[in-house]
Amino acid sequence: MDLFPLWNSLRIAGISTGIIFFLGILAAYYIARIPRVIKGILDVILTLPLVLPPTVVGYLLLRFLGPKRPIGAWFLSVFGIKLTMTWWSAIFATAVVIFPLMYRTARGAFESFDETLAYSGKTLGLSGTYIFWRIRLPYCKQGILAGTVLSFARALGEYGATSMIAGYTPGRTATISTTVYQLWRTDNDGLAFRWVLVNMAISFVVLLAVNMLEKKERRNRKGG
Amino acid sequence: MSVSIQIEKQLGTFHLRVSLEAGNEILSLLGASGCGKSMTLKCIAGIEKPDRGRIVVDDVVFFDSEKHINLPVQKRRAGLMFQNYALFPNMNVRQNIYAGTARYREKEVRAQKTRQIMEQLGLDSLKDQLPSQLSGGQQQRCALARILVSDPQILMLDEPFSALDSHLRFRMEQEVREILKDFGKTVIMVSHDRDEVFRLSDQIAVMDRGGIDVFGTKKQVFADPKTRNACILTGCKNISPIRRLADYRVYAVSWGMELETEKSVGDASYIGIRHHDTNGEGPENQFLCRVISETENPFSYTVMLRLADRPDAQPFGWELDKQTWEKTRSELVTIRIPGRSIMLLEEERKD
Repeated sequence: MDLFPLWNSLRIAGISTGIIFFLGILAAYYIARIPRVIKGILDVILTLPLVLPPTVVGYLLLRFLGPKRPIGAWFLSVFGIKLTMTWWSAIFATAVVIFPLMYRTARGAFESFDETLAYSGKTLGLSGTYIFWRIRLPYCKQGILAGTVLSFARALGEYGATSMIAGYTPGRTATISTTVYQLWRTDNDGLAFRWVLVNMAISFVVLLAVNMLEKKERRNRKGG
Repeated sequence: MSVSIQIEKQLGTFHLRVSLEAGNEILSLLGASGCGKSMTLKCIAGIEKPDRGRIVVDDVVFFDSEKHINLPVQKRRAGLMFQNYALFPNMNVRQNIYAGTARYREKEVRAQKTRQIMEQLGLDSLKDQLPSQLSGGQQQRCALARILVSDPQILMLDEPFSALDSHLRFRMEQEVREILKDFGKTVIMVSHDRDEVFRLSDQIAVMDRGGIDVFGTKKQVFADPKTRNACILTGCKNISPIRRLADYRVYAVSWGMELETEKSVGDASYIGIRHHDTNGEGPENQFLCRVISETENPFSYTVMLRLADRPDAQPFGWELDKQTWEKTRSELVTIRIPGRSIMLLEEERKD
């Protein structure tokens, strides 16, 4: 069994989760602070990828990043890089798909934050940066961690948009999900089943972690 | 050292308009919840911005709408203790207090200040505990230490004892009183508990729907609350609308009584008589009353009375010590309402 798809899936999910961790938190933090009407519209736009079919996300990505499309063409002419059909192209797809997960869990966590902590920090002379990193984030730690793990799990299982933008090339762009589809299509049922088991094992562990984090958060809230 | 506050702010249902002056003393804002007292503290601290006005603490202008001055919260040096103490839950006692030293630059100074205040307030043995592991009283002490170490020029306490169990409350009140005495600068406390306010403060401002009904020393405010609302907030339970009969004579509509007053009636439209001031020795205002009910308190009785010949009148209360009532208990009693215990009240403050 060639383990490349496992390794490829893990690095794609890992990198996209890393990026979305920061983008999601920043979006959640700043969007809570803007006027209500704009907030409502932005919130819908940012959550959209959660409900769109992944193939629609893939289509839209190709519309912008494809070699003959505005952004793709520019990158090709300036850097000589093709943005599609490489292993890291899948990062675009997974990042867009998991962004709403991270954004929404982070926002939920921030909304539960007791704002008097920030106020009292300010009256003590603490800077806004200090309050964000040393008080607000630690307070919301469990919620944000749960969101991160959930995003990672979702990234690991991304199929639709990934297959459109990165394709399936064994040993180059193959991920667990695209491999399962290929193996099943080519009647290699035994191997497909083994990959299914691998995927289920990883997802099981991840969801277990999410549950434990959420339970811990509830306990902490009660104690505090 | 002095504090001068004149602010106005439109809030959802009412207009906040507060004007206060205070020296190095403890000033309490007494009022029901939602009267704007906490909002006043937030405006002084800089968490909320008034629409108009001026806030000056110890010659430093915190806020002046005309000169467009609005000092950032961090620069105001206004310590504010929140009702829930707002200790940072992820930091232990020492770290919480250390965070309060942010205005000092050098690490050694910060560490030393932290050690000093922990020793002073007896928090040394708790320094590694998280806030969630502390009792209510310990949390309050930690919150006070954290504020005091930040060297505030004014100290504000928002309902400081409301989160404590009643048996702890009195002890913490004593402790806090000592700490406030040492602080020596202006303290503004917000509370809805008249006993607590009376014990701790020098000056009292009674607030209602965004404004100040009466402002003065605690003795003045409790002796002459001036408005019906302030009278209720200072704990008076016998209140009746009146008709003025003469300069020193009124008819209490609820109780059906004609009463001699000590002070000139003026514009008053209500009177208040405290439960324990209902009966005195004087010759004036003698009434034969029927006992309607009696309630036993831990250390006293509250007896509800009504004029014997006016079965349609409202009852009024009389509080007296247990022994006296047990000796004199009967269905009909004669009471003498002293003229000086009648508080003349106005319906609302004059703005």
